[in-house]
Amino acid sequence: MSDFSCSVLGCTTSPEDGRDFELGDYEGPVARWCPGCGDHSVLTAVERLLVAEQLKPEQTVFVSGIGCSSRFPHYLKTYGFHGIHGRALPVATGIKLHRPDLTVFVVMGDGDCCSIGAAHWVHAIRYNTQMVAMLLDNSIYGLTKKQTSPTTPQGFKTNTQPAGSFLPPLNPLTTMLGTTNVSFVAQTAEWIPAHLYATLRAAYRHNGLAFVRILQRCPMYTQSIYERAVKDPSVVELLVHDDGVVVSELDAIYRCRVAHNPSDLAAARALAEDGERLRLGVLFRDETRPRYDEIRRTRKVSATERLALLERELDKYAV
Amino acid sequence: MAVPTAAWAEASNATSIAVRSLPEHTLEIVSDSGEGAQKCGQIFGAVSAKMGNGVWTVEIIPAEIQPPPRTPEGASGNRIRIGSRPITNWGDAVDLVVAFNEQVLLSRHRLGVLAPDAIVFVENSWAAHPSPDIRAAWIRAMEELSGSGYRIIQVPMEEQCLTIDDNPRKGKNMFALGMLAWIYSRDLARIEDQIAYAFRKKSEDIFQRNVALVRLGHAWAASNLDFRIDVAPAPIERALVVMNGNEALALGALASGMELCAMYPITPATSVSHFLAEVFEKFGGVLHQAEDEIAAAGVAIGASYAGKVAFTVTSGPGLALKTEFIGLAIMTETPLVVIDVQRGGPSTGLPTKVEQSDLLAALFAQPGDAPRIVVAPATIEECFHTVITARRLAEAFRTVVIVLSDANLATGVQPFPRPQLLAEWQAAEPELAPVAPNTRPYAWDPQLGTSKRIIPGQPGGMFTVTGLSHDENSKVAYGSGVHQRGTAMRSRKLAVLQQMLTPPKVNGDADGGDLLVVGWGSTKGAIEEAVARAWQEGLSVASLHLSFLSPLEPGLGEIFRRFRKVMTVEINYSDDLADPFITPENRRRGQLAWLLRAETLVDVDCWTRVPGEPLRPGAILDVIRKAIASEVKDPRLAAAAMPIARSPRPDLEETPS
Repeated sequence: MSDFSCSVLGCTTSPEDGRDFELGDYEGPVARWCPGCGDHSVLTAVERLLVAEQLKPEQTVFVSGIGCSSRFPHYLKTYGFHGIHGRALPVATGIKLHRPDLTVFVVMGDGDCCSIGAAHWVHAIRYNTQMVAMLLDNSIYGLTKKQTSPTTPQGFKTNTQPAGSFLPPLNPLTTMLGTTNVSFVAQTAEWIPAHLYATLRAAYRHNGLAFVRILQRCPMYTQSIYERAVKDPSVVELLVHDDGVVVSELDAIYRCRVAHNPSDLAAARALAEDGERLRLGVLFRDETRPRYDEIRRTRKVSATERLALLERELDKYAV
Repeated sequence: MAVPTAAWAEASNATSIAVRSLPEHTLEIVSDSGEGAQKCGQIFGAVSAKMGNGVWTVEIIPAEIQPPPRTPEGASGNRIRIGSRPITNWGDAVDLVVAFNEQVLLSRHRLGVLAPDAIVFVENSWAAHPSPDIRAAWIRAMEELSGSGYRIIQVPMEEQCLTIDDNPRKGKNMFALGMLAWIYSRDLARIEDQIAYAFRKKSEDIFQRNVALVRLGHAWAASNLDFRIDVAPAPIERALVVMNGNEALALGALASGMELCAMYPITPATSVSHFLAEVFEKFGGVLHQAEDEIAAAGVAIGASYAGKVAFTVTSGPGLALKTEFIGLAIMTETPLVVIDVQRGGPSTGLPTKVEQSDLLAALFAQPGDAPRIVVAPATIEECFHTVITARRLAEAFRTVVIVLSDANLATGVQPFPRPQLLAEWQAAEPELAPVAPNTRPYAWDPQLGTSKRIIPGQPGGMFTVTGLSHDENSKVAYGSGVHQRGTAMRSRKLAVLQQMLTPPKVNGDADGGDLLVVGWGSTKGAIEEAVARAWQEGLSVASLHLSFLSPLEPGLGEIFRRFRKVMTVEINYSDDLADPFITPENRRRGQLAWLLRAETLVDVDCWTRVPGEPLRPGAILDVIRKAIASEVKDPRLAAAAMPIARSPRPDLEETPS
């Protein structure tokens, strides 16, 4: 797809073929996550996005790794690729390089993305391939029953570090904002559905790799981490800007707000640092960054043309 | 200044030139790394092939990019074996060598690669070098070499080159090429063409200077040498191409119509990607250098999942890293071609040297049952065709195909008939037609285990692939029979492929004999040459070369049982029964022998070595002689057939507990 708007907005939207997609066109089997798991909220927001953007189910691929959140594709009626631990991003990159016409979403957990898959994560930021990457960050390994993850708060007791996590947690936001060619970084929270949806929508509409960290509770193991933030909106600070996320319905509840222009990388880095408050919104956005998938796009070559080219290559080796 | 030695003086005074006509000749050019001996050897080999000689070349590669100069371990260069008939391997001893310093010459001498009567050309400026250490080293080297029967000819290469170029380090290789061109009567016009190709990215000045150096070496040889060597070319009856194995793999990939290669740099596989980096985009392809070996496999799998079969190129350590992803491709039945250019292992092993190291890893390195197809090209020509076959098999059987090449094929250069290209080799465009209602993503044919792939973009086909055990609908297995069935279906495909294969052809008397030598991969030429020589001695021996390692070609057990003894010859490790503690029971055998014993229940013996170089036909011939001689009487072999007694272990008994 060489047409810019088409590739950004999908070639997957389909007013032209007369189909009108409803929630049922995307909803898969009942999700088997624990009651109260943040993954449910994300699934709901994503389904809402699919309907709103009228994405063709057959042109949409959800790629995941391993972990609770990586079951995500199984609960949708689009194409899905449930792969191996930490390696969703390379698979998604391969799909997008070979099939730029497809819309690709990547679903990862915190251990998946920031630990075992960290190498791919950093490089995916730099490749800046057109897709939406969601980090469903519940600060714990849940599927394997409560081991410390890179984002587990220091001192938090787990089965592998029972006296409390030894080190301060890795900050995914500063990591990404420090990576060359980063083009979109946002943070949102599963317990604020309106903000979650608006953030995913902004991510989907971004030209490049849109990375969204979603703060989540694991009802089994990390309910306490965001307990205060869930109960007390003043702990949350919304980053607001016309080029970021603006959710007017949240105005009455979330009064702590910071005007932040997402084109300001230095300000984004400062806001991304760990602090007293949870900052939600689009930290950084730059649609002019080079996209690897766009740079590497090749033209279609017919079988006949390929044969002629190959004869010419063989000529170079002819005796 | 260099002082002509007696040998050189004798040569320069020659009035008549002796021409020795030989059916074949093996030569080497060795230098410090970076002095261009490899370029010289490559051009000489290519030109010889273009003139109609049989050719096989092997690179002599140090492990480092710039090892210390003038050290035996830094020797870098090429061996070229040319003949009047097709040449299939690097041969035994070197008949003529050109060395840019005496230390790299010593390295070849100490490794025993030079024939007792080898002709040795060596740069002589070192004898008069300003450094006393270097002069002393030269004298010591000449003393060490003096006991040999070599004909040593000192050549003032540097002095000559300085008349054209002020950096003799950069000119000697072309001077040596000119010298060799005169000795072997190579066509200078063809050499110039080949130089133009080799330096196509460089300036016209560089081309002209190189040509001048070649002419200088040619003229020097003409006025100073008293012999020439004539290895008559055979008339070229068919159109030929000449290239190395990695180029053949890359061209095969282009011919297969694959459109994405994801890789990570690793010796000795990387040059496949260098080739593709230059041309792949013209063919509508993408060469993706991933962030690591694992990601390279992942990107290839993602691309394959979404369309045409993709491939990745690696070597042993990379294959190890890709293991988990290969398992995912097998489990999700995502076609994938993995080209493994093997090198010495384990671990980092011998990065630049040949070893048939990865057979068992390619076959078995997975948790659970993970059937995959493994094929091994035996020649440069087969490197080209095997990739095309691999792509088709990956698609037809919806699985992983591993192609096992090696460092010998990777850098070896050999002429072969120019392929007659077929459009049908190429992958078809992905079909994005709607999928019929209720089509299952794994609609396994209950007999064949095969199923038609659904790819993203096909309306009505939406499903989620998963590495978890799954049923025909790709639903995660919870019922007890699901895993059994899925595993059986993936396994069945190999049985079906096996039944489509024909039994391998025995080289020699298929009805049986004293000994059958079994090989796989790049050793074919050396094994068959050894067997042919054994026939001249009247020995009852035949050989068998396997192209398919998984599944194995049919009828092997039946063929093996016609021979009194069956023995694999491989470039990998096996214990020697003569070594301490080694018994027929605990002996760890070569990888193919291990496999064949398990698969055929025949007592297959093995002879394997890991010298970091290709096997020599002469060495294999010795093994054939010994194996046939010992077949009846060797007590150790007899013991192998009997209940095994505990071997005495005096050293253990003497150790206080």
